[in-house]
Amino acid sequence: MGVVGMNERNTRIIGALNPRSLYPLVDNKLKTKLLAAEKGVATPALIGAVKTQHDLKKLSEFLAPHDGFAIKPAKGSGGKGILVIASQRKDTFIKPNGQELLIDDVRRHISNILSGLFSLGGAPDVAVVEALVRPDSMYENLSVEGVPDIRIIVYRGFPIMAMMRLSTRESDGKANLHQGAVGVGLTISGGRAVNAVQFNRTIREHPDSGADLMSIHIPGWAALLELGARSADATGLGYIGADIVIDRDRGPLLLELNARPGLAIQIANGVGLAFRIRDVDAIRSQFFRESAHQRVMRAMTMFD
Amino acid sequence: MNKSAQSSRFSLFALVGLLSVLGLGQSIHRHIVYDIPWVPGTEKSIWSIEASIQFFGRGDPVSVNLRRPSDQAGFAVLDESGASPGYGLSFVDHIGLPTAQWSIREATGQQTLYYRAEVLQRDTEDFDEEPPPRLQSRSWEEPYATAVEAVLDQAFSMSADPFSLTRQLISQFRATDLAQNEQLLIDEVGEQNLTNLLADMLQSRDIPATTVYGLLLEDGRRRQRLKPLLRVWSDERSEVFKFGLSAVEARLPVLLWQPTRGFVLDVTGGTGSDLTFSMIRSEFTSYGQVAAALGEGDDFLGFSIHTLPIEEQAMFKTILLLPIGALVVCLLRIFVGLSTSGTFMPVLIALAFIETSLLTGLVGFLLVVAVGLMIRSYMSHLNLLLVARISAVIITVITIIALFSVFSYRIGLTEGLKITFFPMIILSWTVERMSILWEEEGWREVAIQGSGSLLTAVLAYLAMTNPWVRHLSFNFIGLQFVALALIMLLGSYSGYRLLELRRFKPIVNSVK
Repeated sequence: MGVVGMNERNTRIIGALNPRSLYPLVDNKLKTKLLAAEKGVATPALIGAVKTQHDLKKLSEFLAPHDGFAIKPAKGSGGKGILVIASQRKDTFIKPNGQELLIDDVRRHISNILSGLFSLGGAPDVAVVEALVRPDSMYENLSVEGVPDIRIIVYRGFPIMAMMRLSTRESDGKANLHQGAVGVGLTISGGRAVNAVQFNRTIREHPDSGADLMSIHIPGWAALLELGARSADATGLGYIGADIVIDRDRGPLLLELNARPGLAIQIANGVGLAFRIRDVDAIRSQFFRESAHQRVMRAMTMFD
Repeated sequence: MNKSAQSSRFSLFALVGLLSVLGLGQSIHRHIVYDIPWVPGTEKSIWSIEASIQFFGRGDPVSVNLRRPSDQAGFAVLDESGASPGYGLSFVDHIGLPTAQWSIREATGQQTLYYRAEVLQRDTEDFDEEPPPRLQSRSWEEPYATAVEAVLDQAFSMSADPFSLTRQLISQFRATDLAQNEQLLIDEVGEQNLTNLLADMLQSRDIPATTVYGLLLEDGRRRQRLKPLLRVWSDERSEVFKFGLSAVEARLPVLLWQPTRGFVLDVTGGTGSDLTFSMIRSEFTSYGQVAAALGEGDDFLGFSIHTLPIEEQAMFKTILLLPIGALVVCLLRIFVGLSTSGTFMPVLIALAFIETSLLTGLVGFLLVVAVGLMIRSYMSHLNLLLVARISAVIITVITIIALFSVFSYRIGLTEGLKITFFPMIILSWTVERMSILWEEEGWREVAIQGSGSLLTAVLAYLAMTNPWVRHLSFNFIGLQFVALALIMLLGSYSGYRLLELRRFKPIVNSVK
């Protein structure tokens, strides 16, 4: 059945293809953004970074010109510590669920980020502030609170598996599958839904909105895969998970990269990664040197 | 799979093979040449006991007399030695008692003297029984005299000979619900002087009895002290009564250091003297081996921890078990896929369990973590910075442990005192991690990781307390290499974990 287990992922795939020295590029969102800008990979606009507690004094002037934004810990993982502000009005900041925050609340959240509350091992961190992604209206019924994102696994430059992650009321707006988000497996060939799961159980409709999940079809699919492949090229990592969102004005944007992408994507697709990895390994070596566009085209013919 | 991966795999297997051959070879060599058995025996154990005397010299001439153990029921002293830089040492009979005597013209500052004895544990009666000491009468003032008489009369009427009288007296004093007279006497002399009180009471009925000092022998213990015990004579026989010990302690063999009235340690010219003991057990298959081991000149292959001082050996007995714990953790995480809170936290908890015994340890652990979590959940409202918050949790954990110890001591559970063996910093991190996990992922994940950690800790504890494992890990250092080789092999396992079979079941079903 070709399912890749945790041990195989850690020893044969990550251990063999992802050099440790490249991890900081993806584990630090600020570095990822700067790298993406350098390589021409589109990301949500960077408003700025808060690096020291001292910067917090000028926070209100800094945030004033921007209506909606997201504050993220640069070294956070699993969506921890992300604060999304949908709009602001005078002194209050409004979260997507309508909850209102004061400038002091925002300041305290950033202060927590700086002291390492959300980073791995509690290391001191910086807060990245970026422009809010405005999802296309077609995704309105699909995701509660959060913006749906698309995870693409890129193996040695070839996109081999993809899924869309939809937050639910049960997952509290988070896009992590083990917290109750819905995973919808997408075909590499055309971005169409093949299967959907929540808590390891197959479902056909969104548990909150009842939207039909099997009719999901992502427009501009090739461009999306290409963005994923180009992000992988930029980092030099051989096995990577690229998280991409679709902005209604700017199109696909790279949200973040993951050097140790989880294995739940196999469950969402109802198929294992091992056969696809084997197929890529069997490709003639000169094809690995082709452009991202050509590799995506090849992958779209190789995999469903 | 590419070439470099293949060659790295080959060199891994080569290294694993080399380590296994090296480890097994050294172990087999030790088995053949030193005749060390593969399984732990109980018949011929030799206890190496090290007494460490510490005191403070004031620049005056110093003379130190330490009582030496002599042959006695269950034990024969094989060899004695002492270490003490600059001191003259002689083994003499000081006021008729076997004594190690150190002397020096001038001693300044902290002084440490060592006395070491090799004691064979055996079942012969080949020794001179200690004669009963002369009776020393003692009188009590009123109202204690009346109380003593009443207690003795009651015990006397319910006993047949000096030994049963002693047992009856002990049970009267150890009753959970003390009678008035007994309570009065204990309040007067103090719980810690109960042995002396009983000896005095027995002597008032012309039964020779005295407080003696014995060492509880437990493999690998350090910084132990002598325990006061009650010894009673009747005609030519004598019996030693142990009381005030925990159930575990009462089962240990006791070496009488001071078998009758007298002294244990006498330091002239120094202040603040202290006496502690370390001990370790070794197994031998034949008396010939015992003799050889005592006069051992180690060659390179016989390189062993047994050449270190006893205190360090005792420490290594525990340290050498850590690889076993690590191996258990590797097995459970790589083959089974259990998630634990902190990778090697369970091993440290298992080490604490070894000190506290399993049940006390489990109860203590759950108690500290549960109370810690409650207090920590309040703290999360205060929005403290990380380092300060963990420091606060550490202090909380220490407070919980202190309160728990005092409380359990008050209600008479000495077992509760052992909770102090827990690694407090590790416990604090556990509380902190679990609390964050609770907030982020919910109680279910906390329960999963918590029970995973405890299960791992219990299995590691069972592996590390297994007598066969202990015997092998300490006596055959080579096996550490075998454990290392095993762990490296595990590290290259790329198959499924047991729990993944369930996780990926939906895919199998959908393929069908």
